[in-house]
Amino acid sequence: MGDRTEALLERVRAARAERRPLCPRGTGGKSHLGRPVDGEALDTLGHSGVVHYDPSELVVTARAGTRVSELIATLAEQDQMLPFEPPLFGGDASVGGMVASGLAGPRRPWAGSVRDFVLGTRVITGEGRHLRFGGEVMKNVAGYDLSRLMAGSFGCLGLITEVSFKVLPHPRASRSLQLRLTGEQARERILNWRRRGLPLSAACHGGGLLRLRLEGNQGSVDAAVAEIGGEPLEDAHYWQKLRDHRLPFFDGAKPLWRLSLPPATPELDLPGTRLSDWGGAQRWLKSDADADTLRQLAASAGGSATRFSGEEPEDTPFHPLPAPLLRYHQTLKARLDPDRIFNPGRLYADL
Amino acid sequence: MHYDERLDGPLPEVDKAALLARLQRALPDLRLLHRREDLTPYECDGLSAYRTVPMLVALPETLAQVKALMRIASDEGVPVVARGAGTGLSGGALPLEKGILLVMARFNRILEIDAEAGTARVQPGVRNLAISQAAAPYGLYYAPDPSSQIACSIGGNVAENAGGVHCLKYGLTVHNLLKLEIVTVDGECLTLGSDALDTPGFDLMALFTGSEGMLGIVTEITVKLLPAPPRAKVLLASFDSVEKAGQAVADIIAAGVIPSGLEMMDNLALCAAEDFAHAGYPRDAAAILLCELDGVESDVDEDCQRVRAVMENAGATDIRQARDDAERQRFWAGRKAAFPAVGRISPDYYCMDGTIPKRELPKVLAGIEALSREYDLRVANVFHAGDGNMHPLILFDANDSDQLHRAEALGGRILELCVAVGGSITGEHGVGREKINQMCSQFDADEITCFHAVKAAFDPQRLLNPGKNIPTLNRCAEFGAMHIHRGELPFPDLERF
Repeated sequence: MGDRTEALLERVRAARAERRPLCPRGTGGKSHLGRPVDGEALDTLGHSGVVHYDPSELVVTARAGTRVSELIATLAEQDQMLPFEPPLFGGDASVGGMVASGLAGPRRPWAGSVRDFVLGTRVITGEGRHLRFGGEVMKNVAGYDLSRLMAGSFGCLGLITEVSFKVLPHPRASRSLQLRLTGEQARERILNWRRRGLPLSAACHGGGLLRLRLEGNQGSVDAAVAEIGGEPLEDAHYWQKLRDHRLPFFDGAKPLWRLSLPPATPELDLPGTRLSDWGGAQRWLKSDADADTLRQLAASAGGSATRFSGEEPEDTPFHPLPAPLLRYHQTLKARLDPDRIFNPGRLYADL
Repeated sequence: MHYDERLDGPLPEVDKAALLARLQRALPDLRLLHRREDLTPYECDGLSAYRTVPMLVALPETLAQVKALMRIASDEGVPVVARGAGTGLSGGALPLEKGILLVMARFNRILEIDAEAGTARVQPGVRNLAISQAAAPYGLYYAPDPSSQIACSIGGNVAENAGGVHCLKYGLTVHNLLKLEIVTVDGECLTLGSDALDTPGFDLMALFTGSEGMLGIVTEITVKLLPAPPRAKVLLASFDSVEKAGQAVADIIAAGVIPSGLEMMDNLALCAAEDFAHAGYPRDAAAILLCELDGVESDVDEDCQRVRAVMENAGATDIRQARDDAERQRFWAGRKAAFPAVGRISPDYYCMDGTIPKRELPKVLAGIEALSREYDLRVANVFHAGDGNMHPLILFDANDSDQLHRAEALGGRILELCVAVGGSITGEHGVGREKINQMCSQFDADEITCFHAVKAAFDPQRLLNPGKNIPTLNRCAEFGAMHIHRGELPFPDLERF
């Protein structure tokens, strides 16, 4: 545990001088995501530790190599949490990887994304400078919002060294239910509950069962449980298993696809086995279908499809970008990382 | 604070008559203003201390007009300043003498309310409040509510990443957007974000939000709508010191309650508001807190009890809960009228917008008091206490040029104080033209260089709203010569002139 900023800066400067690409890496649980990069691994785990935490400010600052499990435990001591429920693939994750991947768990549609809770970042840029954007305050509109831009950038715009997050208190009450419903019935119910402000915090449909979590103060949770009915959810660890891809659904050799869709999208005729999380806005699919078919299906519903696992080499696991948008991605990358040392090609071949 | 080519960079010389003729030829249906008397009403935004008459005003009604206008502007090398309703308080829509003011007010249609998805698709000139009014029949509303919400446009909200009194619980503009349609400086269309909860690639929507019209022109916005909370209750607590009120704020949050609004006013502000709005505020209090809780009835009742106990422990001298909606509205009316109320006790006031970590509040208020004595100007404090966003109001008389200068200098010092305790020079009003110099206190030369790199990726000719938001290094070198940044001499490597 400690501050390894100087060592990281040295690595970046050396890589820049020799035009050698770097692949920032924490626990490696998400290293299968994206295209392979021919570069040197840059281990961030040594640069770790919670730098600052003030529960009454609802703000925590941690170095990139901090284990997310450790951060979650630190917050839990004060009855607080990272509301976006980051996945811990392979058992853990680093703060840097959590932000760089931008992946969130079951609470995402109701609580917000990783980006929504980023208040500030420190970043080593392609110029070899250590910069600070945003900060430890909730409202800050000075300059361009580069701190939120880092969320989901897959390490392609710079090396994240430190992040400040907004955190929230743990809900006082939490109850989980299961109901036997078809996909279409589940969709209609969820939309109705959502519109009426029921305290949903997770909703996942698969195998003819809708699993729900309700969180809030005791009164609203009890009232919602009474209204919704159903049975208590059998598996007490269901939401963690869903978050971390430890459910049996995620086993098996077939490629795993992630479809991100508008929340009210009807059931799609998807080729393969399905698990519909985020109240229908994130649909997991185990399927051998070809990429174009799935991307067309997702795009025609207003969403996107990303290949999450699978051994076959394929050029773009991420949903391709329209040409003008890709061009602006390229110019932005070129401006912030002119020597292409940060994960070149990880998101797209020519980025 | 007019655009200064020596410090802010040279602007191209443009032949106004030739440009006007080209635009009229290419876009015969585009409404263009070019006579002095027609241009003058557009000389300022909500920061009326700064005024510049634009070269031309364009009032497009169609996407095709915006695209064509941007293509011509790029081709001619003419700067373009986009403007919504013009209610911004930082001079973000201050025109340029050598530029076109692109007024998006006629893009004023609500295109779609999708109650099932909980979204609204709107044009940028739609007023913030109009979205909630259109969504109300479905039991939905748009959460961010800047105090100018009756008049301010959603496009301007996106450009400034506008906030309001409910940010702690419901977030800023950036947290309530799904999709932006953009016209680039070259007249090309881009879609940022989507109707899904995430989109492949970089989060350019977050980058564009709050970019003050310097990366592209927003032509359409899809916002999230939320179910209207069935119940809202307000507590009004009085304190005999601002320190105790500040402690109560920290204790409420530490008790695990997230109020939908948590506002503080000091004695000068609350007395002015009381005289103006007759809200029922205690004139003898050193500070008051307004704490609003919303949600379903049982949760709100539970939290009200919790907050009441916390306030008592923190030393509140009096706690009142609004008995009904009328009284709740009255409690809020005082807060919402705080600015005009202060306007009645002083010929002019200058509204600041710094943010600080909440724990620094006593220190910062003491610092403001000392500065207030030093500059011999009164300061009333209104504070979004829940999220650390301060609005010190500096009272002065603009007819006295010495007072005006003292007010500006005092404002700058207050913002630097915010930066020194780990805060920001702007929480929700934006940098605009107003705080361009203070940017040099918050960011160092490398960070500002990085901002320029981002700008260059989208607008290499720097035609979109030049001179706002991000200062040039020359400006920082000149301005920063007076200041010490994070204990170091500013810009030691930069040549001075």
